[in-house]
Amino acid sequence: MRIKAQVAMVMHLDKCIGCHTCSVTCKNTWTNRSGTEYMWFNNVETRPGPGYPRRWEDTDRYKGGWKLHNGELKLRAGGPITKLANIFYNPNMAKLDEFYEPWTYDYDNLIHSPKSENLPVARPVSQITGEYIDKPEWGSNWDDDLAGGSEIVPLDPNVEKLQEHIQMEYEKTFMMYLPRICEHCLNPSCVASCPAGALYKRDEDGIVLVDHDACRGWRFCQNGCPYHKVYYNWKTHKAEKCNFCYPRTEAGLPTICSETCVGRIRYIGVVLYDADKVKAAASVEDPQDLYEAQLGCFLDPFDPEIQEKAREHGINDAWLEAAKESPVYKMAMKWKIALPLHPEYRTLPMVWYVPPLSPIMNHITNEDELNTDGYIPAVDQMRIPVEYLASILSAGDTNVIRKVLLKLTAMRVYMRGKTVGGIDEFRQSELVTQAATSPEEIEDMARLLGIAKYNERFVIPTGRREMDDDLYEQQGTCSLEELAPREGVNPAYGYMKVRENL
Amino acid sequence: MVHIFWWVIFPYITLTIMILGLLYRYAFRQLSWAAPSTEIFEKKWLKIGSPLFHWGIIIAFIGHVMGMVIPHDFYLSIGVSDHLYHIGAIAGGGLAGLMVVAGLIILLIRKATIDPVRVHATFADFFTVLMLIFVAGTGTYMTLIYNTTVVAYEYRETIGPWFRSLFTLTPAYGLMTGVPLIFKIHVASAFALFASIPFTKLVHIFSFPVRYPARAPQQYRHRSNYRRQGL
Repeated sequence: MRIKAQVAMVMHLDKCIGCHTCSVTCKNTWTNRSGTEYMWFNNVETRPGPGYPRRWEDTDRYKGGWKLHNGELKLRAGGPITKLANIFYNPNMAKLDEFYEPWTYDYDNLIHSPKSENLPVARPVSQITGEYIDKPEWGSNWDDDLAGGSEIVPLDPNVEKLQEHIQMEYEKTFMMYLPRICEHCLNPSCVASCPAGALYKRDEDGIVLVDHDACRGWRFCQNGCPYHKVYYNWKTHKAEKCNFCYPRTEAGLPTICSETCVGRIRYIGVVLYDADKVKAAASVEDPQDLYEAQLGCFLDPFDPEIQEKAREHGINDAWLEAAKESPVYKMAMKWKIALPLHPEYRTLPMVWYVPPLSPIMNHITNEDELNTDGYIPAVDQMRIPVEYLASILSAGDTNVIRKVLLKLTAMRVYMRGKTVGGIDEFRQSELVTQAATSPEEIEDMARLLGIAKYNERFVIPTGRREMDDDLYEQQGTCSLEELAPREGVNPAYGYMKVRENL
Repeated sequence: MVHIFWWVIFPYITLTIMILGLLYRYAFRQLSWAAPSTEIFEKKWLKIGSPLFHWGIIIAFIGHVMGMVIPHDFYLSIGVSDHLYHIGAIAGGGLAGLMVVAGLIILLIRKATIDPVRVHATFADFFTVLMLIFVAGTGTYMTLIYNTTVVAYEYRETIGPWFRSLFTLTPAYGLMTGVPLIFKIHVASAFALFASIPFTKLVHIFSFPVRYPARAPQQYRHRSNYRRQGL
């Protein structure tokens, strides 16, 4: 057993209002430089839709993630030898157009245009070539709120998989938001795709980062990530990606996307997992078993034996306490209401999603007379087809989605019952049995999903700076980059070398 | 005196610039060390030009090792006659040369005509491509035309030993005096190109990821002393 800690996120999709505040604050923090204009470490997609970059879920085309080949886990785009053979031209890499050509506006013209009959306009200017763009044809959220409708929606690879025809008349169609960041996977395929070994997973918190000194711009990570969350900076020729705002999480603060989330949909916490189980979990035969296999990697933070082992592996008490309070552990592992995005990519992603309940009660016009079990058929007739959610969150297994939706519905019915009556009926109902829950669990869930405050939603232990060398020497020098000792200096050469002899 | 300059001073100066420049850039300009791909902007032409050029130049490199580094006597001792060697060199070298030149011309046209690629191409980028075309062009001309129409020149008796003598620090510049002019131009321009390597994108030659196939797929890194016990 090799215990590691992972900082992970849950997003509660029911609460996402699609305001893009997360994307904007993320952009202003990380990608507002030239070379990164087209990058959105955080983006919010309207689904159904092709997403960003367009059709990123089309694994036949971009060849992201892993596949099982004769029972062995292989990169879908090919192993190291294939990659070195394709290093001069990567056939699977997306072009900029697949994201979009970023542009700004010629604002100066508004102020300095000569006197004319018509109002001056600010024409769009490409941020790549500096030329005017007469007609921008795609942008980061061009299809926001189903704009483009019946022409754009069929481009969604999940829609292609669905057998049934999707209603596209606006009064009948469905829509949901899917905010996406890097998944900080347990089995990241971007890391395995990097010929230079520049991408790595941090041992202490599982954050996946790019070492820009080591990155040589071989660009296999861009399409090696099935979520398309590693980007190629055309100016520095290095890879860039979401870094889980590690300077913030190290200080115990949530990522900027979570901090600024208007709907408070995001939760951050620590989970403990057994790194020795990861490979086997990612290699199970049936893609629909991947979700359960991934859950099998996580460890119970309340188990004293696990705690003891974790301490042996260098995880300290602050992190163990945080793991007990972790909202991610509660939602994803304990209550099982949060699901991984596209588990079939076999990367064991660590950003989890509580599926949306849809405007479920559209169906129910007689709620006052409805008995509790009357809600069960409503779950099966959700406006967002269960098959669609399953295609995104459970490798097509509708049972997994149904269970979660039943639980969320049970929560809704119970909490409603507390106000308008009917709790006794609820306790006896088929709904509570099918949802496999209890009033006690529901009360906990309702608190975390509904009214949890900042320090319940974000349980983030601070970074492990106490492990650093020469903290005494470093004090007061941190902002003077050249003066401060380099991080990770070998203690044999550092101030504390005497300690080695004690 | 002219010979001493071109075949002693000039090679050593250019090689010194190359080595010191590379060391400096590796030590202090690591962030700029990359293979600056423009594939994100344009794929169609790159798909033809880039593999053509790169594979061609890899074959050409192997050919130069065979011609410059491995001594003439070695071939004779293993029974490769001069005639056989030249047939192989002209065919293999000619093919590689044509691949390199064709690939470079495609890449140059691409660089000059595709808007986003051109806008972000620097002087160094154009210099590199043009210089490579010149060096590869003279090399291909020597191999395919000079060797077949004038004389199959035995560079393994002159240029080869001279090149090796540079590395034993006993430059035998006398060997270069009788070399045909086109060969001299090829050699001198190649050394000029070497000097430019640290200042251009050509640095990526030295970071070909040879260790990748042997490496563990997943990479973990941790802060120093994270595992130190008892803290």
